[in-house]
Parts: sequence; C-alpha cells; structure tokens
Amino acid sequence: MTTTIGRTPAPAPARRRRPFNPRTAGAWALLVLAIAVSVLPFLWILRTALSTNSSLAAQSASLLPADFTWGAFLRVFGLQSPADAIAEGGSGAAIDFWLYLRNSVIFSSITTAGAVFFSAMAAYAFARLRWKGRNAVFSLFLGTMLVPPIFTALPNFLLIKNLDLLNTMLGMVLPYLFMTPFAIFFLRQFFLNMSREVEEAAMLDGAKHLRIFFQIVLPNAAAPLATLALLTFIGQWNEYFWPLLVGSQDDVRVLQVGLGVFKSQSPQGSPDWSGLMTATLVSALPVLILFAAFGKKIVNSIGFSGIK
Amino acid sequence: MTTLAKHTRPAPPQPGTPSPRGGLRRLGDLKIALFFIAPAMIGFIFFYVVPTIRGVYLSFTEYNILGDPEWVGMDNYTAIAKDPLFWNSLAVTGQYVFLNIVLQTALALGLALLMHKVAKSTLIRGALLLPWMMSNVIAALLWFWMLDYQIGVVNQFIEWAGLPRVAFFGSEEWAIPTQALINTWRHMGYTALLIFAGMQAIPGHVYEVAKLDGASPFQTFRKITLPLLRPVLVMVLVVTVIGSFQVFDTVSVTTGGGPVNATRVIQYYIYQRAFTESDFGYGSAIAVILFLILALVAFIQMKFLKGNESDLD
Repeated sequence: MTTTIGRTPAPAPARRRRPFNPRTAGAWALLVLAIAVSVLPFLWILRTALSTNSSLAAQSASLLPADFTWGAFLRVFGLQSPADAIAEGGSGAAIDFWLYLRNSVIFSSITTAGAVFFSAMAAYAFARLRWKGRNAVFSLFLGTMLVPPIFTALPNFLLIKNLDLLNTMLGMVLPYLFMTPFAIFFLRQFFLNMSREVEEAAMLDGAKHLRIFFQIVLPNAAAPLATLALLTFIGQWNEYFWPLLVGSQDDVRVLQVGLGVFKSQSPQGSPDWSGLMTATLVSALPVLILFAAFGKKIVNSIGFSGIK
Repeated sequence: MTTLAKHTRPAPPQPGTPSPRGGLRRLGDLKIALFFIAPAMIGFIFFYVVPTIRGVYLSFTEYNILGDPEWVGMDNYTAIAKDPLFWNSLAVTGQYVFLNIVLQTALALGLALLMHKVAKSTLIRGALLLPWMMSNVIAALLWFWMLDYQIGVVNQFIEWAGLPRVAFFGSEEWAIPTQALINTWRHMGYTALLIFAGMQAIPGHVYEVAKLDGASPFQTFRKITLPLLRPVLVMVLVVTVIGSFQVFDTVSVTTGGGPVNATRVIQYYIYQRAFTESDFGYGSAIAVILFLILALVAFIQMKFLKGNESDLD
C-alpha cells in the first residue's frame, strides 16, 4: 500500500522539493489509515479462511492463519464428510457453495443482459425517435426511481407466487429483466450526446431504425454499455432481499442468501468462523476479480453518478 | 441506492430531434418507437406501476396470502398508530439514519479533501472504493467476525488498550451504532469519491482569487469549497438518508432485529409482519408509510435545499 505514495503525482513540483511538510505528511498518514481500514479486512477474511477453527481463539490477533488448513474450503464446497466437518467446527449440514455460485452467476448474468439490452432499446426510443408523449413517458419511467424497492417487493412477491414461479430462476429474474430506470437514464444521456451524422447518412441511404440501432448505435456505445453492464452485474450479484423472498430453496439459492443461511447454522455454540469467512471470500471473489480487471472503468464512472 | 443518486440530477432540456422531415410525418416514429420501448414498458407496467397501486390497495386490506384480501379501510393505519413496535422501529431507524449522516458525511468530506490535496491516483481511489463493491451481507459478516465479543480482532485490540470488551452486536446500546458503522465502512469511500468529483469541478481560478485576497485555508474551505459543493453535498445527504431508511440486509444476517428490539428497523419489521406473520395488509401499510417518509425527504431536498441548482453558473 505504501508504494502508492511514490506513484501519485505531487501536486506541485515546488512542493516536492521541500524536504518535509508536516501538513502533507499528516494528510498522507490519514489517507493511508483510510486505505488500511478499507482494504485490511479483506486480508483478515483470507487469513481466517485458511485457519483451523479451534485455534482461532488462542491466536485471535495473529496476522498469519491460525494452524493453516484447507479444511474450510473443502467444507464450504461440500467436499468434506459430515464427521470431519463437525470435528473441524462445522455444522455438518450439507452445504454446497458450487451450487450457489452457479445460481448467482446465472441470476446476475441473465438480469444484466436483459436489463442492459432492453434499456438500450428504450433509451434509443427516448433519445432518437420522435413520438407523442415521449417526454411524459420518460418522466414516468424516471419516477419509478423514487419508489423504494421494499414497497414493490411485497406485491411483486404475490405476483410471482400467483404465477406459481416461487423458487424458480424465472421468478427470480423477472422483475429485473426488462429495464432499470437508471440504465435507461444513463444510456439515453449517452445517446443524446452521440453525434448523429453517421446515423443521418445511413438514414438517407434508406437504412431502417433497427439496422441503425444494431449496426451504428450499439457499437458506438460499446464503452458506456460495458460500464453499465459491469455496474449492473455487481449490483445484481450483491442483491439480497428479493432472492431471499423468492429463491429460498437450494437449487435457486444465490450466494448472498446462502451466506445468511450458513451463518445461522451455528453448530457448536459459536459459528464456524473459518467456514463462514471462506464462504464470504467465495462470494466476494468474482467482484474482486472484476474490480481488478475493470477497476479504472468503475472508479471513473463514479464521476458520472455525481454531478458533473 | 446508487440509482437514486442520478435522479437528483436535472434532466437536460430536450433537444428536439432536428427534423427536416418533421412537418410531413405527424405521427413521427410512433410505430417503431412502440417496438423499441415494448420490453421496457412490460417491466415498467408489471413490476413498477401495478405493484405500486397494488401495494397501496393491500395496505387497506387484511390479507394473509391464503384466500382473498379483505377490505378493512383504515384499520391497518389506526393499528399502526397504536403499535409500540412500529414506533420503536421508526425510532431505531431514525437513530441509524442520523448516525449514518453524521459519520458518513463527515468522514467522506474529510477523505475527499485529503484526496483533493495529496492524492488523485486511480489506485488510491480504487482501494477506497473496494468496500462499496461488496454486498451488504459480506460487509455484515466480515464485521460480525471482526467485532466478535470473544475472539474478534477488534475486541482483542480494545483489551490491549486496557479497555473493557464491547458487545458490539449483543448489547442494546451498541447494536444500532454498530450497524451504522458497518454501513459507513461500506459507503465512506464511495461518498468521498462523489464529493471528490464535485471538488474537481470547482474551477481553479476561484481558489487563486481567494489566495490573492489572503484567505486562510480554513476560510477558503468555508467560504468557497463548501458553498460550491452544495449540490453534491445535498445529493450525498439525500442518498444517504433514503438508503439508510431502507436498511435491511446487515440487520437480517447479523442481529435479526435484536437484542430485544434494538435493531428492529422499519424494513425488517415490514419483512417480519408480511412474511413471518403472513400479515400482508399490515406490512403493506407500513411500507406505504416508509414510502411517504422517503417522498418527503426527496421533496424537502428539492424545495428547500435546492440541490439541483449550482452556484457556479
């Protein structure tokens, strides 16, 4: 972490030559502290995941794993026999995070693909097509951002139940599949700022809107579409409330819900800490990988969500 | 939560499509527009509009999922007015919201200033953003472990410092502050980045003038940075308030409303009434009240704080 200090451009060259500026040093110290608070807990997850449960109490503040073992990983992925699991402080109940991992991937991928694509279509209609009531409809769409998710969650649950889709992947993805108000807003904004010249030239050549959308608009908007997909995917990955309501059974249960269930199985008085931290790590890992790969995109997108 | 952030930004004026052919085609592109908007419209109607109306309707009924909803008028609301658990949940949530505003905004503002002064690298911003990428459940479990009374590392440090161990989740006075701390940990960097982005937008010449006039750093901060940051700060405040009012995940996986009623926040209470006790009418009525509270927050923001206007222009 301290290596970051060397990498940052000093604010002004004049300041760099100064041997020691207590104010700058103090600012750096605080910043390093904030970074430590943000990042160190993740190392603590890893350290605990590689520890033996029974040794955690005796070595509660050692930085290294307490009696290194892969046992917790075996347990979390259902590869340990119940007897072994109980011996190592697990609950012995069947737990299979491969399954939850798979469900999370399916749930997040489908909802992201659907929401981003359909929102892009709608955004095109709002940004490029002329039709009566366009602005009114757009305002209505935006207005849905004001409705708190809990408020629609209860009736949506009843709808999914009436459709007999509880504990199915279809029931879980439906409410997110068609659009998110933010995605429409975000993409419309981008389309409006995009140059129309190519599109108008194509239009003069007799190209239809469908072709323009697929062959000109979508490719030109690849970058914002990717950012949006990334943010949507992470948001869906982290979703907890709706999957908890609708997908409580094993074959559709996602990681976040699985984590909650795993935590509530306190086997021998205290939770299976190393198992729980392993499961937490497994749930965090895909997002961590995405962040390592596309961090810059994500960080730069925050400027957009603020005010210009 | 993030999505709400965008709403406060005023939509740009509609740039009318330049249309050399506008006069001829009165209907415009209605047909093709219907095609493009159809999927989103399905989602909008069936998962936003209908449930909103149905939610309001259910709040006037008694409904336990089996059978049909039975109209009971204002009964749910009058019952809620006399329900000590509801008032408790409101008080507990209010406490949580307040703590989040104070902790999160203060820390994020400080952090943004630090970033603005000494470090603008993407790597540092990324590191600070990391907690925000994690789900509430992960953040909650992580801190549930680190703050454990017996063998959590934080209590170990507290003991080394010669202080008594703290039952972060197990004591009534600490339970809500602990939840607020978890949320602050998750959002601090994100909020700081939003404020930081706002600071970047303040033109440098404003500061130069202040410097020429001999303003101290503190004066510059108070008289220039803060007022020009107002739109961003208002937005951050509103997002924090609206998001905090809907706290659920961290409570659900750690304390489950306890100890006693210490963390039975509004959304958790709704969840319990509707899903544990199968009382959908009552749950919906509380949800309506929560909705009204949030709408009021948004209204106050637009009306009095003028969050959508900048002093820069």
